[in-house]
Amino acid sequence: MADNGTFRRETRDWLEANCPESMRQPYNYEADACWGGRNCKFQSEDQKAWLQRMASRGWTVPTWPKEYGGGGLDLAQAKILKQELARINARPPLESFGISMLGPPLLKFGSEELKLQHLPPIARGEIRWAQGYSEPNAGSDLASLQMRADDMGDHFIVNGSKIWTSYGDKGDWMFCLVRTDFEAKKHAGITFVMFDMTTEGVSTRPIKLISGKSPFTETFLDNVRVEKNQVIGEINDGWTIAKYLLSHEREMIAGAGILASGSLPVSEVAARALGRQNGILSEPMLRADIARFEIDERCLALTIERARDEVKAGVSLGAVASMFKYYGTELNKRRYELLMSVSGQEALQWEGGEDGLGELPKKWLRTKGNSIEGGTSEIQLNIVAKRILGLPG
Amino acid sequence: MALVLNEEQLMLKDSARSFLDSQAPVSHLRELRDSEDREGFSRELWAEMADMGWPAILVPEQYGGLGYGYTGIGIVLEETGRNLTPSPLLCTAMVGAAAIVKAGSDEQRESLLPAVAGGQHLLALACDESSRHAPHEITTTAVKDGESYRISGRKINVADGHIAETFIVSTQTANGVSLFLVPKDSGGVSVEPFRQLDTHHAANVAFDQVVVNKSSLLGPLDDGLGLLDYLLDVGRTGASAEMLGLAQEVFSRTLDYLKERKQFGVPIGSFQALQHRAAQLFGELEMCKSLVLKALQTLDEEPDGDPELASLTKSKLGETAHLAATEAIQMHGGIGMTDDFDIGFFLKRCKILDNLYGDSLYHLDRFARLRGY
Ligand SMILES: Cc1cc2nc3c(=O)[nH]c(=O)nc-3n(C[C@H](O)[C@H](O)[C@H](O)COP(=O)(O)OP(=O)(O)OC[C@H]3O[C@@H](n4cnc5c(N)ncnc54)[C@H](O)[C@@H]3O)c2cc1C
Repeated sequence: MADNGTFRRETRDWLEANCPESMRQPYNYEADACWGGRNCKFQSEDQKAWLQRMASRGWTVPTWPKEYGGGGLDLAQAKILKQELARINARPPLESFGISMLGPPLLKFGSEELKLQHLPPIARGEIRWAQGYSEPNAGSDLASLQMRADDMGDHFIVNGSKIWTSYGDKGDWMFCLVRTDFEAKKHAGITFVMFDMTTEGVSTRPIKLISGKSPFTETFLDNVRVEKNQVIGEINDGWTIAKYLLSHEREMIAGAGILASGSLPVSEVAARALGRQNGILSEPMLRADIARFEIDERCLALTIERARDEVKAGVSLGAVASMFKYYGTELNKRRYELLMSVSGQEALQWEGGEDGLGELPKKWLRTKGNSIEGGTSEIQLNIVAKRILGLPG
Repeated sequence: MALVLNEEQLMLKDSARSFLDSQAPVSHLRELRDSEDREGFSRELWAEMADMGWPAILVPEQYGGLGYGYTGIGIVLEETGRNLTPSPLLCTAMVGAAAIVKAGSDEQRESLLPAVAGGQHLLALACDESSRHAPHEITTTAVKDGESYRISGRKINVADGHIAETFIVSTQTANGVSLFLVPKDSGGVSVEPFRQLDTHHAANVAFDQVVVNKSSLLGPLDDGLGLLDYLLDVGRTGASAEMLGLAQEVFSRTLDYLKERKQFGVPIGSFQALQHRAAQLFGELEMCKSLVLKALQTLDEEPDGDPELASLTKSKLGETAHLAATEAIQMHGGIGMTDDFDIGFFLKRCKILDNLYGDSLYHLDRFARLRGY
């Protein structure tokens, strides 16, 4: 195998030749992100080409094995690829719950058939996944979920409802937690299943967020047939899979705390908006808050880097992911509080901003959900206290 | 470079930890205080540290050193921080050694480095003149007089000033800032030692028409500000490493107490109000570990260091170590306030280290300035 210097050079050349200019800009709008899926409408030819070129190398999922559509890179090479992508401010070719959530447990616990069925379409961005975890009465206490799956031999019949399904209306398939044993203790009667959302009996209803957008739904299952060969792990042992997936989801969400590649640092946004006096920001209190924030931002980035350097390939971060999730999401909330302060009264218009879309206040509102989705901040602190620090009770 | 320690560094860490656990735990500091030791540290212990090679870590092999670099000395400082062990490691083995290695003439290196590496020669950076750290505001002057310079001025709160054989003194020269190596027994040097609130000692040092030969100039004439900043950043990173050890230790003692102390019939660690604060502190300490390691590695890799990273690290460590120490007292309740109990020592030491070479607010400001805002 080529040494890392060669790998870096080749990667740089390939990206130079293949990453379209318009894909080297930071996201401005939610629509700038490419989520793939059966009904994907590409924003531009560039966006489509970028996804297809990256997928052809397996670089939408650089560390997955090649036979599942991945790039087969080791961790050192993946780090190099990441650095080279950041160097040119390249946008991620694909955003995907399939990659960040379902992929890791499927790779670890899935049968060979399931891997071959589901992973390559995820890597190519052909199938978009939704997460069916939360229910109206099972939020933080997720394991108390009640969606009912009755055993019919080679399949289940599932009934019940899920809530807060992010992009529930856009998902092609759902990975879902269902109860298969009502007698057992709550953690012991759960099964992790997958089904096509076009299956008869599946329906969704949009829920509007405080940001005015409607990116999630309530999801109803009415006598839905789910094949038993679509179970990951053992029947009634879904909690193991669920937790493993959550630790990856949390790690992913934590990344929100790091400055997206190509975005302006808060201090730079502030300097442009407020100006400097004698080389320093003209508002001293805001300046101090921004400096504290940027210190913590750097801390998080370095600590994620350190954790990656420490963790061997494939090993779950486990409870440490909870620490990252807490830190990263609280940080992202601070970022948007500061950006709102910097923009002042200008940011108060619902249809304001340069393009009349009011992106900033809407993003600010959306960040309030960061410390709720994927398990609340309080729940993350509970996990750190008990699993890492070994505190009782 | 990967943000992990290599084999050699892990071994150094282990041996430092086991040596200090047995030879210089916190009770060692308490004994020094209770016996009102005149110097506030143990010469015997220092000789043992020298036998272990610690003052030689930063010194290149050709001068009798080990050449383990900043990461090496930082690892040891983290361990002395854990035990609150008073020693000349930071001032001599890190800042002092760095000064001579980085800027010393051949003659200065040959005369000083072997003795530094052997632990026989102690150094101190004399740079502060005002109560709040402002190292660029220098009124101490060095006036050229033939082949010599005459140094006059007063430096305050010089860490290890009470024991240093040689001071590294920042001065104003005709056209800028210059550093000089001034032996303590030069005529006109007067040292006023005192005990600090953490029972480590320091000194104010006055220079009254002190005559030094021009060969005592360290680094460039009139252009020494960059060197001064570099040495301060080295010291800041070392103090941060010490604070990292201190903060981890005080946190781990607090965790033990949370599991052991019972009220309302249950361990106090089962109360969510305390659990969440402990969990938050855990996260902050993880951040601090990454910062200190990165700052040390950067000193090893970048010839001029990274001032922004040094300030970021010092600011964050000052704040976090302080939080860890104050939370420790609060979570221990009444016993945390007693002199008999060791927890208070951690807060005291933390106060000194936070102030050393600029406190967390100073570095918050410097960080922002260096980032251009
Ligand atoms: C933007 C967004 C997207 C989401 N996307 C999805 C998705 O795609 N799929 C999906 O399944 N779910 C999704 N969720 C749901 C999310 O996982 C839940 O909202 C979350 O787990 C909290 O559950 P809850 O809303 O029922 O709040 P509750 O559990 O009722 O919590 C209410 C409050 O009580 C606190 N609390 C609860 N228990 C404890 C405790 N033991 N100790 C201390 N405090 C406690 C919580 O921290 C919170 O502050 C999403 C949520 C949001 C906001």
